[in-house]
Amino acid sequence: MTILLILVSAIFVNNIVLSQFLGICPFLGVSKQVNTAVGMSLAVTFVMALATCVTWLLQTYVLVPLNMVYMQTVTFILVIAGLVQMVEIILKKISPALYQSLGIFLPLITTNCAVLGVALMVVQKQFTFGGKAHMLNLGESVVFAIASAIGFGLAITLFAAIREQLETSDVPKPFKGIPIALITAGIMALAFMGFSGMV
Amino acid sequence: MSRIDLIKKGLIKDNPTFVLVLGMCPTLGTTTSALNGMGMGLATLVVLTLSNMVISALAKYIPDKVRIPSYIVIISAFVTIIQLLMQAYMPSLYETLGLFIPLIVVNCIVLGRAEAFANKNTVLDSACDGLGIGLGFTLSLTLIGLVRELLGSGSLFGWSFTGGDGILVFVLAPGAFLVLGLMMALFNKLTQGRI
Repeated sequence: MTILLILVSAIFVNNIVLSQFLGICPFLGVSKQVNTAVGMSLAVTFVMALATCVTWLLQTYVLVPLNMVYMQTVTFILVIAGLVQMVEIILKKISPALYQSLGIFLPLITTNCAVLGVALMVVQKQFTFGGKAHMLNLGESVVFAIASAIGFGLAITLFAAIREQLETSDVPKPFKGIPIALITAGIMALAFMGFSGMV
Repeated sequence: MSRIDLIKKGLIKDNPTFVLVLGMCPTLGTTTSALNGMGMGLATLVVLTLSNMVISALAKYIPDKVRIPSYIVIISAFVTIIQLLMQAYMPSLYETLGLFIPLIVVNCIVLGRAEAFANKNTVLDSACDGLGIGLGFTLSLTLIGLVRELLGSGSLFGWSFTGGDGILVFVLAPGAFLVLGLMMALFNKLTQGRI
């Protein structure tokens, strides 16, 4: 039950892009075509799940026992940067085809604040699911990370589909490019607000 | 370019929010009021200026291949310092800004200036560049916060004059996107052909 609540909450109610404002850079930058948006969201899902798993273990079994929680930011960003680099090398060796399609997005993910944001969120925040506030355990954290990434994928893919249409429409000159994209995102965020109160 | 010009160009010509469109996450996420926007802007300004200075001083000694990870370590060290200082002396602001303080590490403005300016200029020039871009960021965030606070909760810098009534949507998520989109369009209109 908790797992289901986490999924609904992270995908729709607290969508990482449209209500938490994380990962806006790729959301605006890599959303001109649906294909690239899907590729980006797959790469993000993979890295986010892996990064959250590793950082959760580090936080619980290294930083907290050693009383070094203040090193959180430094450790986490290094782990994420290292992981991204590693995934890139492994993919290149094992599956060149997958590397071809995801490879170009991987370096961008290090500076995707959604990855660091989710990793920090699961170790810092108390979540209330089913009326009881508690910290997430490892399994729930990974589910939360995957759900957040699906939320990111959903938002960026829908947004890319809208932007493909926007390309051909007659937009007033000062609104061309980013401003109209932001207003589109605003209207999408309004639509997503309809989910609030569900969990 | 003189140092004054370096500081000035960050305000309008190279404004990180409206012209370079960098650091959108804190721009949208923390501007629920003018003071919150200003706090976020100032925290970024401090990190940006200090990391710019250290990176330009060390640029000669950092091997080219590992420069990005090295910059990230330097930046995250300063972010941790700011985080601890804010936690100790400004706990309420720290609470409100929350996740966005540690996320300064992945703010593209900071890494972008390190890569584009600090690693090939002198320490003093890099400090001025960081100060200019940081001030531009603070100014934009304060302005966006001002508009959202005015429309959303009917107050200015926490001074309420409508008894707390406002158009709630402007302090919520959709308002952030709408206000930033409209302000960016206005900025484009006003500066058209001039920069």
